[in-house]
Amino acid sequence: MPFGLKVDKPILLGSAFIVIILAVGTAYTLTTQGTATFLSPTYLLQQLHFGAFLGVTAAGMMMVILLGHIDLSVPWTLAASAMLATAIGGLLGDVTCIGVGLAVGLFNGIGVAFLRVPSMIFTLGVNTVLLGLMVMLTGGHAPQSAATDLMLFLGRDRSFGFLPHSVVVWAAVSAVLVFMLTRTPLGRYMYAIGNKEAAAYLSGVRTRMVIVAAFVMCSLCAAIAGLALAGYSARAYQAMGDQYLLPSIAAVVLGGTNILGGRGRYSGTVVGVILIVLLQSVLSVMQMEEGWRQVIYGAVIIVMLLVYGRGQRVES
Amino acid sequence: MKTIRLYLSQNAGLLLAIGMFAVIYLTYVSMHPHYGMNVVTQNINETLALIFVSMAQTVPVLVGGLDLSVGPLMTLVNCFGSVVMAGTGGSIALGIIAALALGAAGGFFNGCIVVYGRIQPIIATLATGAIYIGLALFLRPTPGGNVNGDFSWAFTNDINELGLTYGWFDDAGIFGVIPIQFIILLLIIVVVWIPFRRSTLGRGCYAIGSAEGAAYMSGVRVNRSKLAAFTLGGFFAGCAGVYLTMQMGSGNADAPQAAEYTLRSIAAVVIGGTSLFGGTGGVIGTIFGAMVLRSISFIFRVVPEDSAFGFVASPLLQPLFEGIILLLAVSLGAARVFRVRNRLSLFT
Amino acid sequence: MPVDASAPVAVNEDAGAFLQMRGINKSYGGVHALSDVDFGCRLGSIHAVLGENGAGKSTLIKIIAGVVQPDTGEMELDGQPRRFTNPLEANAAGVVCIFQELSLMPDLSVADNIGITDPPRTRLGLIDERAQRRRAEELLARVGCDDIDPRERVRNLPLSRRQMVEIAKALGRKPRLLILDEATSALTSSDVEKVYAILRQLRDEGLALLYISHRMHEIEALADTCSVFRNGRHIETFAKGAHTDEEIVQLLIGRDLQNVYPPKPVRTEPPKPVLEVRNLTWPPVLKDISFTVGRGEIVGLGGLDGQGQRELLLALFGVLRGVSGNILVEGTPARIGSPAGAKSSRLRIALIPEDRKTEGLMLPMGVGENISMAALPMLTRGLVIDRSAEAEKIREAVARMRIKVDDLEAPVATLSGGNQQKVVIAKWLLTGARILLLNDPTRGIDVGTKQELYQLLRELADADTSILFYTTDYDELIGSCDRVLIVYDGEIVRELEGDDLTETNIVSSSLNLPVEQAAKAASA
Repeated sequence: MPFGLKVDKPILLGSAFIVIILAVGTAYTLTTQGTATFLSPTYLLQQLHFGAFLGVTAAGMMMVILLGHIDLSVPWTLAASAMLATAIGGLLGDVTCIGVGLAVGLFNGIGVAFLRVPSMIFTLGVNTVLLGLMVMLTGGHAPQSAATDLMLFLGRDRSFGFLPHSVVVWAAVSAVLVFMLTRTPLGRYMYAIGNKEAAAYLSGVRTRMVIVAAFVMCSLCAAIAGLALAGYSARAYQAMGDQYLLPSIAAVVLGGTNILGGRGRYSGTVVGVILIVLLQSVLSVMQMEEGWRQVIYGAVIIVMLLVYGRGQRVES
Repeated sequence: MKTIRLYLSQNAGLLLAIGMFAVIYLTYVSMHPHYGMNVVTQNINETLALIFVSMAQTVPVLVGGLDLSVGPLMTLVNCFGSVVMAGTGGSIALGIIAALALGAAGGFFNGCIVVYGRIQPIIATLATGAIYIGLALFLRPTPGGNVNGDFSWAFTNDINELGLTYGWFDDAGIFGVIPIQFIILLLIIVVVWIPFRRSTLGRGCYAIGSAEGAAYMSGVRVNRSKLAAFTLGGFFAGCAGVYLTMQMGSGNADAPQAAEYTLRSIAAVVIGGTSLFGGTGGVIGTIFGAMVLRSISFIFRVVPEDSAFGFVASPLLQPLFEGIILLLAVSLGAARVFRVRNRLSLFT
Repeated sequence: MPVDASAPVAVNEDAGAFLQMRGINKSYGGVHALSDVDFGCRLGSIHAVLGENGAGKSTLIKIIAGVVQPDTGEMELDGQPRRFTNPLEANAAGVVCIFQELSLMPDLSVADNIGITDPPRTRLGLIDERAQRRRAEELLARVGCDDIDPRERVRNLPLSRRQMVEIAKALGRKPRLLILDEATSALTSSDVEKVYAILRQLRDEGLALLYISHRMHEIEALADTCSVFRNGRHIETFAKGAHTDEEIVQLLIGRDLQNVYPPKPVRTEPPKPVLEVRNLTWPPVLKDISFTVGRGEIVGLGGLDGQGQRELLLALFGVLRGVSGNILVEGTPARIGSPAGAKSSRLRIALIPEDRKTEGLMLPMGVGENISMAALPMLTRGLVIDRSAEAEKIREAVARMRIKVDDLEAPVATLSGGNQQKVVIAKWLLTGARILLLNDPTRGIDVGTKQELYQLLRELADADTSILFYTTDYDELIGSCDRVLIVYDGEIVRELEGDDLTETNIVSSSLNLPVEQAAKAASA
């Protein structure tokens, strides 16, 4: 892959940080409980199981960020697709969930690519509209219906006694996206547009289609994450997507993807997700107050970015 | 004549925002069953915090960045304020100054990370926002604090009330009915924003937002202006926090509310005519943008239930309509796409 | 080589120099931009700096202006050793530079731009807008542009006016050493004359002027002294008249030059039309344009700047909306709705755009990826990119265009200007285009690469590609084109070919004068 060695640094650093976090957590549990919880396979699998939802969300977010855009409608795309699916129930519900993801992605894509509304503000509006739609449909209460069979299968179940299906879903999504990014023209076009949309356009790239495709991928990932998450919790609930927005952006950026677009490897995003999931979990096991957790969360992001996420000094 | 034409073309965004506000608010006024100055006071009471937070968002946007920590910083100052503004008399004044200083310090911290750390503002402020919420939670794990009730009342109503509360005067005539909030806002604009706008630091911000490389080559002190921009943004967020404390009388480390304020501030900035790419716009437009946002929700309250549009008044539908109108408002700029005849200009 | 023995020969080390640089070295990565350079210039002279792209001129200027710092070496200004760490320090010492990329902020007013560094202030320390506006008016009048309103946003001014504002701004800094880096490239010819007059006046007032340009006739018109740079080294400095044009070109590229342009084919019959344009209109710029480009022809677009030539090319490439008229490709009517459509196998039209850095290349991406970007749909097997086919095509293109690059995965930003332009052209060669549109492709390109380009165009034409070539250089029009269409005010006013294709005819048609009148005017 081009872009030289610079991008490998975040992955190296991210992995180093993961090791540090595990070490700190292990030291804590060893001294307070005498156990090395963080190194137990059960624990790590549990983290992966839960982290897969963020993994899928971040995967989709990366597609959009690669183009230099952002999708702030992920929280309520995730929630709305899950809530509608549980309300309808059965296989039709599952199809609805994916359908919602598709529809929102298309709508976002049209707004950004064809109407040229800045993605930050358009997706913000879409997020609000989806929120309003759900409030209207549910009357402001939590939805009562339970998760569908497929949701339970994807989000809660495990095979062979240990392999969470959510991780399989994450792996499948990752495989598709990596293949697309590295082996297909679409992937090349995405990097090109993220670097210089005008030049890509003048090279005969159908830039609008590529942008729509990226937003569709992002919303589909949000819907898939919603599908699985509802299975994990056995039901859909209000604001279930809110906690996935900022962490997914952070995971993508910590993984080395440039927030302005055009640069980034998918493996970095995976490392970023694992980093954040472990960080959040260690902080909660250490029974840190919410306040400390937030402060450390923010500080870790800043420190990591200071080490490798720096931009150019302004020079001619 | 030419001066007027120039002014019109260069301030189109601001004028559009003012126009939007006029239309929406006047519609609200016409539909209100018993409109009066007390309604105005109520309205501005609910809006001032959002106005300040949106002002806080405007300045970093002018230099081409985005500040996702404005809501959290406001919350932090609110919680801090609920601690230091809980006394009486002179200590309240000191408390206010300390709280405003905290806001500015938070902004300065943001600026340092962006300028010296060379980290993109959007992700830097995402991280600092988390830190500010965390600190707010330290100060107020549960909502609390006891800001002096008189003080709170005096400064969130009109001038007459201020006089009455402290026994200074009973009736200030025609000036008596002006809500204090307008005075506060006007004061901040005149004493802080306008001098900044006309200083070299302030103009440097516009220069950087317009063309950072060119600004550097022209000798603009890029670092200083960026630091100033973020610090000023933090100061305005501090104003929002202080006002929230006065309004609520307590401190509440409400993270979802902080996020909501942040996102609304971005919408207000866009509606107010400031470009998200930087270089054009300003705080005045944003103020009208924030007022447009609030006025929309006001209208929903006064639609008569039994009228043709009565269903709109249903609280269940309000978030949906607010969202749709927000989407429409920000997509207005998209009309440009249909008029553009050289597609290449869409990418620059 | 005949040398004018009576003309003073300037040397590298000059006792009367205002600016003196010694032993300057600067490298970027592994590339030596400047190697052991000694350079000096005096007050009261216009000193031209010549060199191909990559010769080091821009780096030299940036060091003098404080934008970058040299790795080694020293600089003296007026006998005092100086080192500038930023442009502001250089300005304070009286060194002002007008760069090729303008240093104007588009969203600020003209007055704000001119007064950006040191505006007049009120008692309170704030900017005094009225005084600033008056100062801007004075400076604008000095450059002969009092029609520009200082309150106007720079964004709303055309490029040539912006460059004049840039010059006014530089004068406002009260320079002792004024550097112009390709500062006249976008100016209209009347503005160019104004600038020449100002520069001569400044020289007479005792300023030192450094002037970088690719245009020989400009150097001839203005310069008292010339310095030639090549491959990062200062080759020679000589006085005006010491060398002929051919000698200068030789110094520039270091090799002997036989022909500048490849020979044109002699046609026995008119070529088969490949691109037919009928009544092409795009109000208000293009008005009822009709012409034909035949198979294997190189047709030039000439005329003054801004008469619609750029828009014509964009219209043929599908970038403009609201174009009416008919376009036929190989006799079949074509609807060109976008560059993607233009590039399609049905049409196979290619455009080399105006600005390679923002329109032709994705600078951070690799050389290879840039080259294959347009032809990617043809290099796939199913959904996947055929890596080996792609690599082979890229290698072929690099070899054919003689692109100087070590690592195909290195960002294309690391290449020199001429090589970058070659990458842009290579990108379109891969698509097998049958109609090639070129939008001023040799602007800012060194002489050596230009040569290769003319050769390439003729080779392509001989291989049945139809070429439409817009250039502002009369020499190129005459030397490389079979026919030239002169555009004036959005219409084609004249078609020149064969013996009619002369500079006089081009110039007169560009001004929309009938040819006979021009001859009369020339002899009067």
